[in-house]
Amino acid sequence: MKKNKLSTTVFYVLLAVFIIVIVFPFYWLIITSFKPPEELWNIPPTWWPSRLYLGSYISAFTERPFLTYLKNSAIVATSTTAFAVFVTSFAGYALARLNFKGKNAILALALAVSMFPGIAIVSPLFLMMKEWGLLNSYLGLIITYTTITIPLSMWNLTTFFRTIPRDMEEAAKVDGASPFYTFIKIILPLAAPGIFTTAILVFIAAWNEFLFALTFNTKDALRTVPVGIAMFPGQYTLPWGDISAASVVVVLPLMIIVLLFQQRIVSGLTAGAVKG
Amino acid sequence: MKKHRGIQSTGIPENILGYLMVTPALLCILLIAIYPVFRTFSLSLTNMKMQFPDMAKYVGLKNYIQLLEEPRFWSATYNTLYFTVVSVALELVIGFVMALVMNMPFQGRGIVRAAVLVPWAIPTTISATMWKFMYHDQFGVINDILYRLGIISQYKSWLGSTSSALWCAIIADVWKTAPFMGLLLLAGLQTIPAELYEAATVDGASKVRQFFSVTLPLVMPTMLVALIFRTLDAFRVFDLIFVLTGGGPGNSTETLSMYSYTMLFRNLDFGTGSAIAVLIFIFVFLISLAYIALLNKQNESAEL
Repeated sequence: MKKNKLSTTVFYVLLAVFIIVIVFPFYWLIITSFKPPEELWNIPPTWWPSRLYLGSYISAFTERPFLTYLKNSAIVATSTTAFAVFVTSFAGYALARLNFKGKNAILALALAVSMFPGIAIVSPLFLMMKEWGLLNSYLGLIITYTTITIPLSMWNLTTFFRTIPRDMEEAAKVDGASPFYTFIKIILPLAAPGIFTTAILVFIAAWNEFLFALTFNTKDALRTVPVGIAMFPGQYTLPWGDISAASVVVVLPLMIIVLLFQQRIVSGLTAGAVKG
Repeated sequence: MKKHRGIQSTGIPENILGYLMVTPALLCILLIAIYPVFRTFSLSLTNMKMQFPDMAKYVGLKNYIQLLEEPRFWSATYNTLYFTVVSVALELVIGFVMALVMNMPFQGRGIVRAAVLVPWAIPTTISATMWKFMYHDQFGVINDILYRLGIISQYKSWLGSTSSALWCAIIADVWKTAPFMGLLLLAGLQTIPAELYEAATVDGASKVRQFFSVTLPLVMPTMLVALIFRTLDAFRVFDLIFVLTGGGPGNSTETLSMYSYTMLFRNLDFGTGSAIAVLIFIFVFLISLAYIALLNKQNESAEL
């Protein structure tokens, strides 16, 4: 009995520590974004803003090109998601259902590519984008991001297509439908949940990417959010209020996505890991 | 049982359709991922400067030989290995405890599971910026907390000291990825049938004994896969270092990716930068091979 009480206490203490440690940096980010400028330089720092100051938010959007960064990130991440999911829906279906040689080799190749360090391909890609005139463009990033998210997307969709019962396809076949027609009209709608999960994962990966965005798009007008925020400090003073306000604006939607779709995200990410 | 075969085509032969459907994805991978790896290698054998790409000359293994004699290269290798080993080990231990905690029934478990995913989902540059401000030598909350707790007697410059800067990066990395590791391990824990624990309890095995003889072996395959991905991720760490310290003070947090980036895009020395990149690639390849060998061994012993 006593031992049970002890283990319950240990359990709740651990749980509390984890939650506090995970949440605290976000708490600090949020209160920093609402502190009036002079209060940012208080020693010791204040743990609660003395008054609610919205100036950092206003300045992030008006005095800094934060809105441009958001727009750039939105364009690049959405296009990447559309391309990657489109391309790998076909590939995933073929790998899950059709008979042809080399399927395992293709999946293995994709897995190997997913482990490539970005830095190992950044120099030639930079030169290629330069030759193609795609530095400081959306397209250069979209092509690159689509490629680096294809492995993840392809594995997820292949796994998902395999779980769809074959009865529907068999029925369509008996009716004389071509495999392509079956794929478009019957399989794709059934695969919608898997496609949605994959799209979330691809979107987050594209939204957060840093190295290629940093090296390809050096013009401020074409920077994405992660690079924009990393470059925010820029000159001599560190505008912590503005950086925090901008960060809150970026973090909130991601937080909502994660809270809403947590289960899908984890199942998408663990599909490979748990099955070995 | 009817044996399933692929769908017979009425128009295009099935295997041709298969290849057609795979081609776009495969082309992207070949052109934007595989081909660049070879080109990085060929660049690493030249003395190319980014401003004068046409004047590049073949120099053989000169870049590699120079690197092996360069203390900065060895310091970056050491930092990368130190960062990787320490953060992945901490993430594994903390992640495991988190997984065990999240596997218990308690109110609000769903919310907690969702919340721990948030650090993973935000851009690393943002989490690094958050930590950079918290580590600040004068206005940082870390100094405030430690001072109030009596752990330090005066504020310290955590990011400005060669002895603590790498640890700052490690802590920020563990904060971002240990919860994610916890969720992966939790998924592994949930595949263990409850009967195994009941049987172990009947046999009189203690909780500790149960952990080592039931939980650990059964969660091992998941753990190894999670470890592969985390190790490779940690080994190529870039964003975090770029924002938090920029590699400083005095190269004390410079990792191989950071070193390669600096040579490529600050010194515009594509030959040396690419040579470092190739060495990173080889390291990553060797780490993957080691893990795959471990996984195979694990699978063999599981089958016996």
